[in-house]
Amino acid sequence: MGNHSDGSPNHSGTVATAGQNEVEKFQDPGLPPHRLRLADTDPKAAKRAERQVAVLFGASVVGTLIFLVAYFAIDLGAGSGANIATIRLQNALLGLGTAFAMLGIGTGIVHWAKALMPDHEVSEERHAIRTEEDRLAAVRIVDDIVEETGIKRRPLIRNTLLGAVALAPLPAIAVFGDLGPRPDNKLAHTMWAPLEGKLKRLTRDPDGTPIKASDVTLGSAFHVIPEGLNELHEGKLNEKAKAVVLLMRLDPASLKPSAGREDWSYNGIVAYSKICTHVGCPVALYEQQTHHLLCPCHQSTFDLTQECKVIFGPASRPLPQLPIAVDNEGYLVATSDFKEPVGPSYWERDEHERSVNS
Amino acid sequence: MSAASTAEAPAFVAKTKTGRITDFVDSRVGGSGILREFGRKVFPDHWSFMFGEVALYSFVILLLSGTFLTFWFDPSMAETRYAGSYVPLKNVEMSVAYSSSLNISFDIRGGLFMRQVHHWSALLFVASIAVHMLRVFFTGAFRKPREMNWVVGSVLLILAMAAGFTGYSLPDDLLSGNGLRIIDGVIKAIPVVGTYISFFLFGGEFPGTAVIGRLYMLHILLVPALILLMIVLHLFMVVVHKHTQYPGPGRNDGNVVGYPLGPVYAAKAGGFFFIVFGVIALMAAFFTINPIWNYGPYDPSPVSAGTQPDWYIGFVDGALRLMPGVIGDFHFEYVIFGYTLTLNVLLPALVPAGILFTVMFMYPWIERWITKDDREHHVLDRPRNAPTRTAIGAAGFVWYCVMWAAAGSDLIATHFHVSLNDVTYWLRALFFVGPIIAYIVTKRVALALQRKDREIALHGRETGRIVRLPHGEFIEVHAPLDEYKRYKLVGFESPVPLPAVPNEHGVVTRKEKRRAFLSRWFFEDRVAPATPAELEAAHGHHAPAVEAAEESKTLSH
Repeated sequence: MGNHSDGSPNHSGTVATAGQNEVEKFQDPGLPPHRLRLADTDPKAAKRAERQVAVLFGASVVGTLIFLVAYFAIDLGAGSGANIATIRLQNALLGLGTAFAMLGIGTGIVHWAKALMPDHEVSEERHAIRTEEDRLAAVRIVDDIVEETGIKRRPLIRNTLLGAVALAPLPAIAVFGDLGPRPDNKLAHTMWAPLEGKLKRLTRDPDGTPIKASDVTLGSAFHVIPEGLNELHEGKLNEKAKAVVLLMRLDPASLKPSAGREDWSYNGIVAYSKICTHVGCPVALYEQQTHHLLCPCHQSTFDLTQECKVIFGPASRPLPQLPIAVDNEGYLVATSDFKEPVGPSYWERDEHERSVNS
Repeated sequence: MSAASTAEAPAFVAKTKTGRITDFVDSRVGGSGILREFGRKVFPDHWSFMFGEVALYSFVILLLSGTFLTFWFDPSMAETRYAGSYVPLKNVEMSVAYSSSLNISFDIRGGLFMRQVHHWSALLFVASIAVHMLRVFFTGAFRKPREMNWVVGSVLLILAMAAGFTGYSLPDDLLSGNGLRIIDGVIKAIPVVGTYISFFLFGGEFPGTAVIGRLYMLHILLVPALILLMIVLHLFMVVVHKHTQYPGPGRNDGNVVGYPLGPVYAAKAGGFFFIVFGVIALMAAFFTINPIWNYGPYDPSPVSAGTQPDWYIGFVDGALRLMPGVIGDFHFEYVIFGYTLTLNVLLPALVPAGILFTVMFMYPWIERWITKDDREHHVLDRPRNAPTRTAIGAAGFVWYCVMWAAAGSDLIATHFHVSLNDVTYWLRALFFVGPIIAYIVTKRVALALQRKDREIALHGRETGRIVRLPHGEFIEVHAPLDEYKRYKLVGFESPVPLPAVPNEHGVVTRKEKRRAFLSRWFFEDRVAPATPAELEAAHGHHAPAVEAAEESKTLSH
């Protein structure tokens, strides 16, 4: 014994302490002697503490008054000429008043408790959370109850009840069936699809004015929405959330379009979906010098010269490209919808991509 | 008959009017019994016990300020044109929800203040729960009989985050709209049912016109009701268990030492509510939080750089940022049986949070299984006296902090003028290495502190007095501790590893071997508390030298 590093098995679960020998432990000396505070011995100090508490409560009254004055004296009503500065002032005064009112009461009470109320620590016995006697009594009661219901003797009742109870919540789940429509293939299409054979023009976000190819100078970038988006009465934001596009013009030599995409750009002008393929934030930052697009939410970075391939960050898929051309008035138009679903990936995405391309 | 029963009327008749009213109520609800039980109940006192109180009080303030806000907030997502007094947004198309949030801020007196109070208390609510849980973890307060209360507390943390997030989204501003956009992206990444869940949550395609109203219901009814229920459970169990206490002289697992509820403890705790309220009011007065008017209404096209979620969602957002979508030529998104599996979103959104919360919920049982400790613990551990647990906690904490820091990777990059990509690479490395370093360092620091305690218990505290002995040696005089201070340093358990024990069939099971392995890992590095014998020996060794020193000092004067 005495060697406490080998650790012999101890079945009780009680852990060994140093030396394994209770005698060798320091004995608990009990609560330290109580030390009196200044206010306990010196009546002057007690009186002083009393006054301090009263002053703190007084400060609270002042705080309440500050709040009321700030509330009624500062008018934010229509035509009052209230501006940001007035609102800030009122906010500061209301807050200051509340702070004084609350802190006055709070610090006053705590100071009162700490300086003047008895500070003797007392010790109380803990009691067993559950006694064996209670447990036995409870077991007897439960047995009696089970016996009186007869549920053990009548399995037919028990089983039919279990079945009924198991099925009964189903309607509660079913009634939420109309929370939303079925997704179908809504996510596969955007507003860019030509309407009755008419190609959609690329227009500026947010005013909706069409963009001429000649407006797009080398190095410039446009935030683009499809023609007709602003005229929608319903679901405008839903359509916008899928259809927003970034339009940029690069040196045509730096674009190396892959097979099938040769006619998707015009004179170095390319259009890509602005919705990040990661979790759908707008890819709003265009680094003109490096031709990188950066998503400010999670820093996915796409390289324009490699058809928006992911070069950094958590996105895994390139930004979808919108095939564009120029109509006979010189305006940029989309020759078709995106050839794949835009935005964050979802379970049926690949299925939708195949159906779009077939 | 009736005369006889009147004669048997209660003997007690109160003298004052207040007394009579009190007696009326008391004789109908049995208040005297309750007061007798709780009026002088003893509560241990320590500054670190206040975090739970902060959480409770900020919840009360959330209910008060939130109720005020509901009188004016309108959760409709119908389109409207702003006609309030904030000039830069005049006539801008926006949702009614955003417009009514602006009206609360600019056209209702005290509305901005209430919004600020509400948001600051929400941040404080989650923060104080988190710190409270760290306190409970590092002091071992989750051990028997409090395991279930630890679980209730963990549920409260999750509910608090849910309450925070649903509330954060309500104003329908650009920032919170992008937050919802991210949630939508994460939901859509869930295999098989993700698209359906997204359509069900938003009532169709994102953003739709339903989600704010639905979140509003969750935010003001369902989640707060659950929080309230959990708080009741939590406090009920605190009463059943009585509070834990820090180790020290006079304190053991059989007693509870502290101040009686009335008056000292009640006054301190009650006063503290007003202090918490006052501090929140000060923050609301002088520090702008969530200035929605700067962000503009939600629009799927713009986003401001440096977007940040509220702090408690940060670790999930950070994990999303850390995950690479492509490594070399390997894409984390791929097609399986004709369906898209997007692991670059799914893994970081679910796995780290899943691991954190699973380990958090199960930790009391994990430690209980390893240590085979089935005793009730009412005296807390000083974190240094449970080095392995403290190291595990520190590792988890660092892991969380790395993810949390990653949510600000862009701000770190712009603030310190370093490359954003490098910040991400470093944080990716720290994601794996950080917890290991934290584990090792914390364990060593805890053991070192234990040795320091031993040293002080055996040789006394340093007095700073340097004495020169007659033969020229300089020593520092150590003053012995009084027995109360010494007991605090030596009154702890230092368990040894528990080797595998055969079961009733005489077989040492695989599981038992694993447990024994973990027990060795848990307890093999240990510092035993000092014993009286050691103290005796130390005195025998040191006393003459010090006495000699004292002597020589007297002589030199």
